[in-house]
Amino acid sequence: MVAVLLDGLSWLCLVAGVLAALIGGIGLLRLPDVFSRMHAAGLIDTLAAGLIIVGLVLQSPSWTVAVKLILIIVFILFTSPTATHALARAALHGRVLPWLGDRSSPSEGAPSSKA
Amino acid sequence: MINISLLMIMVATALGLVWLRNLLAVVMFSGIFSLTAASLWVVLGAVDVAFTEASVGAGIATVLGLASLALTRTEHEKRTRVFHLPALIVVLVTGAALIYGTLDMPGWGDPDAPIHTHVAPRYIEDSLAETGVPNIVTSVLASYRGFDTLGETTVIFTAGVGVLVLLGRGRRYPVANPRVAAGGGPGRAPAAPGSEGAAVPGDSGEMRFKAILRVGGKLLIPPILLFAFYTQAHGELGPGGGFQAGVIFASAFILYALLFGVPMARAVAPASVLRGTLALGVLIYAGVGIAGVLLGGNYLDYSVLAHDPVHGQELGIILIELGVGITVASAMMTVFFVFAGQDPQQVD
Repeated sequence: MVAVLLDGLSWLCLVAGVLAALIGGIGLLRLPDVFSRMHAAGLIDTLAAGLIIVGLVLQSPSWTVAVKLILIIVFILFTSPTATHALARAALHGRVLPWLGDRSSPSEGAPSSKA
Repeated sequence: MINISLLMIMVATALGLVWLRNLLAVVMFSGIFSLTAASLWVVLGAVDVAFTEASVGAGIATVLGLASLALTRTEHEKRTRVFHLPALIVVLVTGAALIYGTLDMPGWGDPDAPIHTHVAPRYIEDSLAETGVPNIVTSVLASYRGFDTLGETTVIFTAGVGVLVLLGRGRRYPVANPRVAAGGGPGRAPAAPGSEGAAVPGDSGEMRFKAILRVGGKLLIPPILLFAFYTQAHGELGPGGGFQAGVIFASAFILYALLFGVPMARAVAPASVLRGTLALGVLIYAGVGIAGVLLGGNYLDYSVLAHDPVHGQELGIILIELGVGITVASAMMTVFFVFAGQDPQQVD
């Protein structure tokens, strides 16, 4: 009973994680500028990776594997926000201004983000 | 299935590498290529190779590529669209010859393939009893093929010395050069060693924005160093060993240099110390071989190092892995520091 419950929970996490990664990937391609794309990438970095690893923890055969996976989550939770922050700062430093929805943009796909 | 998708990603990345003209993107793509290759090797069961590829190819090679890009322009000149018929013929003939060559290769996983009938059974069956090391890759690399690994370590040592000789001269002490603080850019004076975050005039805003990066990075450096030691010590039991450990150890110092500037990092790992340890690792390796000769064995025969041959093998493998780790770590740090310590103006 418990095994079935764990298995179901694990699959729920895995599927949700994959969906989050998919949505993040679509956002990465579709969103207009660096900053909003970074927002989509953040979804993959944190939610998708976290959910997939939690799903794997529930599947893990032994405690050592589970602990290692949890350490990976902790590592990701430390590094990816820091990396995203650095990326945003680098973009601002490189004079990339956020896209503010100017209606004169020629195409819906990629309006120019350079100031 | 997963192999084929990974291979497709690798092919796509390779094509992207050829087409792109922005060198920054090329460095990133080569990192992606290495990471995909590492994943493929994990799937194929070559965990040690995957570990090395991930740490060297995707990790430190990317950092070194970025460090050298900081010295040069990031845009390649415009592609000249010339149709070169002889080049096309040469490429096609070479490719056809290579593909023709693969036709003679044994099928994948064929138990009668030469590689599976020559020395591999001996390694698989006897290596644990002969060396006492559970990880066959480590026992092959460090003991059965000790000469090869000595050669590889010497290659890394030579590379480090070469970079020092070519680029390290005269600019060995970047503290005297105000332009080299990594991440700061022109006009940002390096902070004095020991006075971390000491406000340089006109720099306080920069410091404030760097706070998150610095705290995040600082939190990561101790685990990275610990992981390097774990990799070094764990190489006998699981994937790991001197090469990976050295690269991971060096990457902690490179992270420190990126966050706090090269001068601060050089204060932790001075050039004189690095030059010493660069040679020390190879010396340990070759010295273990000499010790074997002096104790009555062959060169790099570890069995004579202790009373029990198996203990001798274990001792020798631990020592030479340590030598490899020290040399690799020093060489990587030396190359990065020399690259990062260059003055872009002088290179141009």
